[in-house]
Amino acid sequence: MYTIGIDIGSVTAKGALMSDGALVSSQVCFTGYNTAATARSIYEGLLEKEGLKETSIEGIVATGYGRNSVPFADRTVTEIMCHAAGAYHLNPAVRAVIDIGGQDSKAIVLSDGGRVANFVMNDKCAAGTGRFLEVMARALEVDLDQFGTLSLQADQPAKISNLCAVFAESEVVSLIAKGEKRENIIAGIHAAIGSRVMAMTGRLGMWGVTTLMMTGGVAKNTGVVKALEKVWGNPIHVSPHAQLTGAIGAARLARVAGSPE
Amino acid sequence: MSDIKLELDKRKTKLEKKMQNIMAGYYIDAKMARQNNKKVAWITSGGPVEPLLAMDVIAVYPENHGAMIGASKMGVDLCEKAEAMGYSSDLCSYARADIACCTVNGGPIGGLPEPDMLVCCNNICGSVMKWYEVQARHFKVPLFIYDTPVCHTDYTPEMKRYVEAQTREYFQFLEHETGRKMDIDRLKEIGKNSVEGAQLWQETLDTTMSRPSPMTAFDAFFHLALIVTLRGTPQTLEYYRELRDLMKERSQAGIGAVPKETYRLLWDNLPIWHRMKWLSDKFAEHGACLVADTYTSAWCGIKRELNRDDVIASAAEGYTYSYLNLGTDKMAELVLTMVDKYQVDGIVMHSNRSCRPYSFGQYDLQKIVEREKGIPSLMIEADMVDDRSFSESQVATRIEAFIEMLRQRKGA
Repeated sequence: MYTIGIDIGSVTAKGALMSDGALVSSQVCFTGYNTAATARSIYEGLLEKEGLKETSIEGIVATGYGRNSVPFADRTVTEIMCHAAGAYHLNPAVRAVIDIGGQDSKAIVLSDGGRVANFVMNDKCAAGTGRFLEVMARALEVDLDQFGTLSLQADQPAKISNLCAVFAESEVVSLIAKGEKRENIIAGIHAAIGSRVMAMTGRLGMWGVTTLMMTGGVAKNTGVVKALEKVWGNPIHVSPHAQLTGAIGAARLARVAGSPE
Repeated sequence: MSDIKLELDKRKTKLEKKMQNIMAGYYIDAKMARQNNKKVAWITSGGPVEPLLAMDVIAVYPENHGAMIGASKMGVDLCEKAEAMGYSSDLCSYARADIACCTVNGGPIGGLPEPDMLVCCNNICGSVMKWYEVQARHFKVPLFIYDTPVCHTDYTPEMKRYVEAQTREYFQFLEHETGRKMDIDRLKEIGKNSVEGAQLWQETLDTTMSRPSPMTAFDAFFHLALIVTLRGTPQTLEYYRELRDLMKERSQAGIGAVPKETYRLLWDNLPIWHRMKWLSDKFAEHGACLVADTYTSAWCGIKRELNRDDVIASAAEGYTYSYLNLGTDKMAELVLTMVDKYQVDGIVMHSNRSCRPYSFGQYDLQKIVEREKGIPSLMIEADMVDDRSFSESQVATRIEAFIEMLRQRKGA
């Protein structure tokens, strides 16, 4: 039985094709301006790659900010449910999830069986989101993909005290002007995100949780993961499919049409 | 069944129309005050209004006006105007909207009638004092500040002495401004009506204890206007009697405010006036009914027995021991009681950028409710009037995810 999950995020769009609970194929691209067209091209890409027809797909769930612009989906589910289901699928021992996406960060506590027991999301401010990192990457003229590696070379992480993306950017600009090393600035940015996200997580009272997974595109950045681990005090699980977690969860949830379980 | 529903729906619409007429009449009277040789006082929403009524002074509420500005989506314009005048965007949006409105006579009713005096009671927040000082300078009118210390643990004997002394001063202030003697018997009569109005309002809100609930918090936000602006008047009593009876009949007939009521939620903080319809539809679409709220129930006032014969003592205590003037632990006690009383599945908290005293303890409240009742809560970041603080897609995702979680919890 084939199912598809489509996760239209604010920055990237992801698609996952699953067969009997196993990931078969995936697609990632920029969301762009026309979300409906992006969703359609992900869908067709998945079918084409596996040589499948539309009729072989038994369920499609759309999630993410653009979830309502996927007209061919059977239903929509929020990214909170999908990340929980996806993380649970990737590792059933997981009891908490931190997802840092383009414009949202969230912490989710799972109950046994992978249900959402509670969740908390960032307030409206962009601090602690992928967008925050993008702004910083631009100010530092560094490709975002290099952020992780560079931050690990820091000798003395800089202190970034502002949480507002705009103010933090000017803080970064003045650090550059002072001649601070790029590596140290990046490590400082990651530390700021780490403490911000973990403070939010603390509100859920999940300090007793032992298995924590980080999902979403920002999980590819080892510097952020390390910064979170430093505050958390324990290793954090990151799947190679971290960015696809929402789409995988959506495809999982598509198996049982009409109910979120 | 459907005939009954049709008839009750008709009566509901009629009552809503009646409310609009009463409010229109009230504002026309207030605007005509000068022609009718009546004085106008501006007063804070939780302020002691009964002495004004006893002196035939027309009481006008800038906060109610602020709510109207928000509901008519005129908030952003006026807030920006206030910011251009030099007021910080971090200030309360009621204050910003009101201050700006006075300079242009804008807003949905062309501005409030000019005041002859201002009465500011700080049992709702501290910002009102600066706000009223600004207006006192603008209109060059006297200002009476009725200072109610926060009841962190209880209403202490020191507070009692302090506030009772001010109540006497307040009477003197009014006697000086109106040139009349305070009629204590009349005041008692009005006070009695106020208490009765609050009780009727409580009884109305309590009809939501039944399943399905005959009304939602969004209905309560609408019907609240009279208990705020015209409490103590006979027409308010008549209106709430009618409303209570209608809601009772609706609940007896099994007519729910939300089709297929599945989740019962409690709302905390002021309404997001500029998104009432959107929010109401959003919750209803998922079978979620906001059966109670901490905001409109604050006007059920009288959290304890008062000695009605001693107007000074009962006014002082009643106005000091009010919801927003309590410590977080006391607020939590009231919320926990409401959770049980209305059989609530979850709490929706509006973290209101404008109202810090109301939003301040919410993280603690969240933890207490989760710990004591095992009930989750959702935080929505917004502002009661200033639409610039609202992000529709973020709020939509949070609400939908919250409902999905409740569904999983119920199914689990």
